[in-house]
Amino acid sequence: MRSSIAAGGALVAGSSIARAQSDTAITQVQDWARRLGKGVDATAYGQPSPYEKDVVRRHVEWLTPSVQTSVNFTPLHELDGIITPNGLCFERHHAGVAEVEPDKYRLMINGLVDKSLVFTLDDLKRFPRRNQINFLECAANTGMEWRGVQLNGCQFTHGMVHNVMYTGVPLSVLFEEAGLKTSARWVMAEGADASAMNRSLPMAKAIDDCMIAFKMNGEALRPEQGYPARLVVPGWEGSMWVKWIRRLEIGDEPWHSREETSKYTDLLTTGKSRRFTWEMDCKSVITSPSPQAPVNHKRGQTVITGLAWSGRGTIARVDVSLDGGRNWVAARIDGPSLNKSLHRFYYDFDWNGEAMLLQSRAVDSTGYIQPTKAELRQVRGTNSVYHNNSIQTWYLKKSGEVENVEIS
Amino acid sequence: MSKSPEPVLVVASATGWALAYLLLLLGLAATPLGPVFAAEPGKGFGIGRPATAEEVRAWDIDVRPDGKGLPEGSGTAAEGEAIFAEKCASCHGDFAEGLDRWTALAGGVGTLKSDNPVRTIGSYWPYLSTAYDYIYRAMPFGNAQTLKPNEVYALTAYILLMNDIIADDRFLLSNENFTSVRLPNESNFIEDNRPDTATINEGEPCMNDCRAQVEVTMRARVLGVTPDDDNKGGRKRAIE
Repeated sequence: MRSSIAAGGALVAGSSIARAQSDTAITQVQDWARRLGKGVDATAYGQPSPYEKDVVRRHVEWLTPSVQTSVNFTPLHELDGIITPNGLCFERHHAGVAEVEPDKYRLMINGLVDKSLVFTLDDLKRFPRRNQINFLECAANTGMEWRGVQLNGCQFTHGMVHNVMYTGVPLSVLFEEAGLKTSARWVMAEGADASAMNRSLPMAKAIDDCMIAFKMNGEALRPEQGYPARLVVPGWEGSMWVKWIRRLEIGDEPWHSREETSKYTDLLTTGKSRRFTWEMDCKSVITSPSPQAPVNHKRGQTVITGLAWSGRGTIARVDVSLDGGRNWVAARIDGPSLNKSLHRFYYDFDWNGEAMLLQSRAVDSTGYIQPTKAELRQVRGTNSVYHNNSIQTWYLKKSGEVENVEIS
Repeated sequence: MSKSPEPVLVVASATGWALAYLLLLLGLAATPLGPVFAAEPGKGFGIGRPATAEEVRAWDIDVRPDGKGLPEGSGTAAEGEAIFAEKCASCHGDFAEGLDRWTALAGGVGTLKSDNPVRTIGSYWPYLSTAYDYIYRAMPFGNAQTLKPNEVYALTAYILLMNDIIADDRFLLSNENFTSVRLPNESNFIEDNRPDTATINEGEPCMNDCRAQVEVTMRARVLGVTPDDDNKGGRKRAIE
């Protein structure tokens, strides 16, 4: 295929090079090549280029009754690699951003422990630390698409996810400090914000890989991500990653809090609902081309890229289809393949300029194959709200525009 | 009290060595545990200080379905009605039916199998303890943790009345009789039984000629509900 691209390129692109006018971006001395730029003291905390001003989180006003109990979306279509910049990590609050003063931050451990303890932020930073790169995906990511396609862009359909390196203290270390009673089976995590968000976590998970994090991508947590400390629950739904965490209560039964009964339970067609659907299943999406990232060249060499992830392990493979799932080709995963982390995939191909139906299908390290939406609906119906990990279809038109579509 | 899912691991000992051993035994120790358990077994690092009883009382506000955590107190539905009118009805409606996009707390019984299920405390929630716990910790929206236990009991009773779970507005809900009240949908929650799709048993996924001709059946652009999209209007399906 490479050789045919080269040959085709020589005929098509080569002729355009022969006809090209000289480029004034080259022939004229540009301002930045003549004048001095800003000094090192111009920006104490750097910002993206002003030309990247549209690479921002976006909000969909009609989704929720107020901006304080709401969500915004990571601009996945503009990002690459696997690390999400801190300022672009999607937000989900239930009572707005708590502005916690670090000197007044306290973490309490109580319940079925030998001694109830209080830690300051400085205390937490004296414990042995762990670094983990994990994705955080909202249980409702892609939830608006259960019944059909609705929002036109992967930022909106898949952007309730971020992936950063968290630094913090394992819960097992903190529990060691307090001493667990033999009846300790559950942990309730509670936030310091005005929603006092609380979730029940089984002890086995808590002491496996959960931690209280105080850094993300090397710096302090952003206020909207729980500054100064949050819970990290690798692979599990985002609502459990309690922000501004103030308390861990140890118990022998789950609490059945509002966020694990009224919300984050998944209604099935039988009228029954699944509860404690903690893991985020294997999922992928093509981030470019996508509705917000159209193809701007007519034909020829084209990069398809996207993200894949699984709450149950690593990604073993990602396949890409150009014809709506009739035929598939293996994509190339590039960069680290980490447990419960985003993976970046690419498929490089020679676009013939024809309309296409683009899909990606991930397979995780447990052998789980990402399902189609029809397969999910067949077992769950359309009112589950959460955990929609189905295959996304993008309609790439001859014009290079891309649209969110559903196919049969 | 409901049956909770069986935990994978019962922590048999409080000591670090026992924890580490159990983790290793169960293959859960994916991350090296070396420095994590550097402290002397059973003694920790000596970081942090004991919480005072007053501090624990201030923050330990959670209530479980078995009634654990309920403070002493009581309130009637009639008392709750007055409090609800003053502090809640501007968003949730006079009868807890919900205004605009604010949450309905009553109604929706019998809708869970329909195309448009209405999930309220009466139609959906499994436990009354959740109502007490959530009202106390997070309501009123924007003025949380200002309600006294008696007020929360009264409001909870009023919500029961609006959901026809009790019939008498003189009904006194208290820490004594709280767990005797059961919500209609309690038995309709099941534990996570995923993975649940056909593809899990497929082995290698199909690569060629996997399906017949495909056709586009739905287009987001036609709905035109995406911000910055040029085609405005259309129906919208909100998340909760």
